[in-house]
Amino acid sequence: MSNIAGRRIDLDALSFRIVMTGIALMALVLLVAPTVVVIWVSFTSGYSLKFPPPGYSLRWYGELWNAWQLQFAMMNSLKVAAWATGLSVLLGVSASLGIARSPTLTAKVLDSLFLSPLVLPALAFGLSSLMFFSMIGVPVSPLTLIIGHTVVSVPFVVRNTVASLAQMNPSLLEASSSLGAGRWYGFRRVTLPLIRPGIMAGGFIAFMASFDNVPVSLFLRDAATDMLPIRMWQDLEGRLDVTVAALSGVLIVATIALMLVMERAAGLSKRLT
Amino acid sequence: MAATLRDVTTYDLKLAAPLAAGFVLFFVTPLVILLALSFQTDQQGGHYGLTQYVNFLGDSFSLGVLGSTLWLGVKVTVLTLLLGYPVAWLHQRSPGWARGLIMLLVLLPLLTSVVVRTFAWVVILGRQGIVNATLAWLGLIDTPLKLLYTDGGVVVALAQVQMPLMVLPIITALSRIDPNLADASSVLGAGHWRTFRKVILPLSLPGIVAGCLLTYAAAITAFITQSLIGGGQMLFMPMYIYQQASTLQNWPFAAAISIVFLVSVLVVVSIFNALGRLSRGYANA
Repeated sequence: MSNIAGRRIDLDALSFRIVMTGIALMALVLLVAPTVVVIWVSFTSGYSLKFPPPGYSLRWYGELWNAWQLQFAMMNSLKVAAWATGLSVLLGVSASLGIARSPTLTAKVLDSLFLSPLVLPALAFGLSSLMFFSMIGVPVSPLTLIIGHTVVSVPFVVRNTVASLAQMNPSLLEASSSLGAGRWYGFRRVTLPLIRPGIMAGGFIAFMASFDNVPVSLFLRDAATDMLPIRMWQDLEGRLDVTVAALSGVLIVATIALMLVMERAAGLSKRLT
Repeated sequence: MAATLRDVTTYDLKLAAPLAAGFVLFFVTPLVILLALSFQTDQQGGHYGLTQYVNFLGDSFSLGVLGSTLWLGVKVTVLTLLLGYPVAWLHQRSPGWARGLIMLLVLLPLLTSVVVRTFAWVVILGRQGIVNATLAWLGLIDTPLKLLYTDGGVVVALAQVQMPLMVLPIITALSRIDPNLADASSVLGAGHWRTFRKVILPLSLPGIVAGCLLTYAAAITAFITQSLIGGGQMLFMPMYIYQQASTLQNWPFAAAISIVFLVSVLVVVSIFNALGRLSRGYANA
């Protein structure tokens, strides 16, 4: 009798584990498959993105040296992302310090305001920015792009910095002050080192968000400021270009390398959960 | 004395002033202009009224676009939850090295460029893509299936692209559950399925709600994936706004559609937030 009951429990445990693990493994394959596929087909020797490729070569990676339009767009995207990240970190960290430990209603309202670009459709913001700049007579330029990108990147910095500040033990600052450290010294030697991983993780995500931004760039760019994701999108809408696959391969490898660096430096995965 | 002590641990609220000013000028003001422009009755301006909204709400085509966009979000969110929950569960009960690997696999799509991720799905679902090549090789089909530019294709691609947004909050929620609770449940005679349904699932509800909110908002606003996998045949709100604004230069109508879309997103967000508060109460009870 107990034997039968024992077996029933085993079946129950087994079926649960099989179903959950089975779906999880399927989902993990689904998560990785696209990345693997892009890298795989980027080594094709053929002219089309046929699967499996007819042969393998590095020719499309070589083609990247001549793809000046993609290189131009990439430089623009890197420049805008660097500026937007710099501004986001500067303004975002300063704002986080102001609001993080403040119990006032103003601080709470500002916190929601700074995070709101995360939930609003970015395309609506892109369109409204274009209307705003054209209304005040400012033509689209790298400057308008940087402003628009900063607005959508700042929330990542604020969210991570506020979280780091909330986790920081305030008595450390009291201790440093009682030992005679001034406010600025305390900030530099106590607060900043403790929240640095949070700032770095937020800055990294802000950079990726800007580098990859389409909805805002779509409205705030002109021919002189072609942006990489938009160039790639337009290339792909016309035809399936193997050069784009090679470029994707480069971007994927660069992203993984950056991710691993950030994981070591700032514990990225812990900050995202 | 107490005042000086508090002074060291807090920073002046004025430090938030530069960003606040920037947001008022470059975020709030543009949105106010968007709202004002949506009430213009014609492209020349000067006259204000509800014409654009009447045009949108009285047009079955426009309402269809809104409806299919909101419905797309539901389908993507459900699929992402069904696939993502077990991933979070597996992460939670794996040994250290496997946890790191699963986390890397989950984060990878989140940080890869969205154009690259979507482009991969074009390669997978295309006429000469992996799915068709495999099915043909197995002898299951003679002619390639049409997978790109279909509803199913858009849903699967979006589910992959947005899955990290679902998995990460659920991992957080699962890690907060006391493991003794599951043991207690099984000591009391509940099987694994029953423990999962009655203990684990309810306690992880806050994570599920947060994940659903993020996934839903990201899925309905995902311009690139919708347009590349959906193609010209399937029109969703972001592309509709872009077409009206850029191609047709009909700014007042584009502004009105944007406001309708924005309000829809905010309504959905508030519903999820209300559910989140309820579920937190439930999980803490």
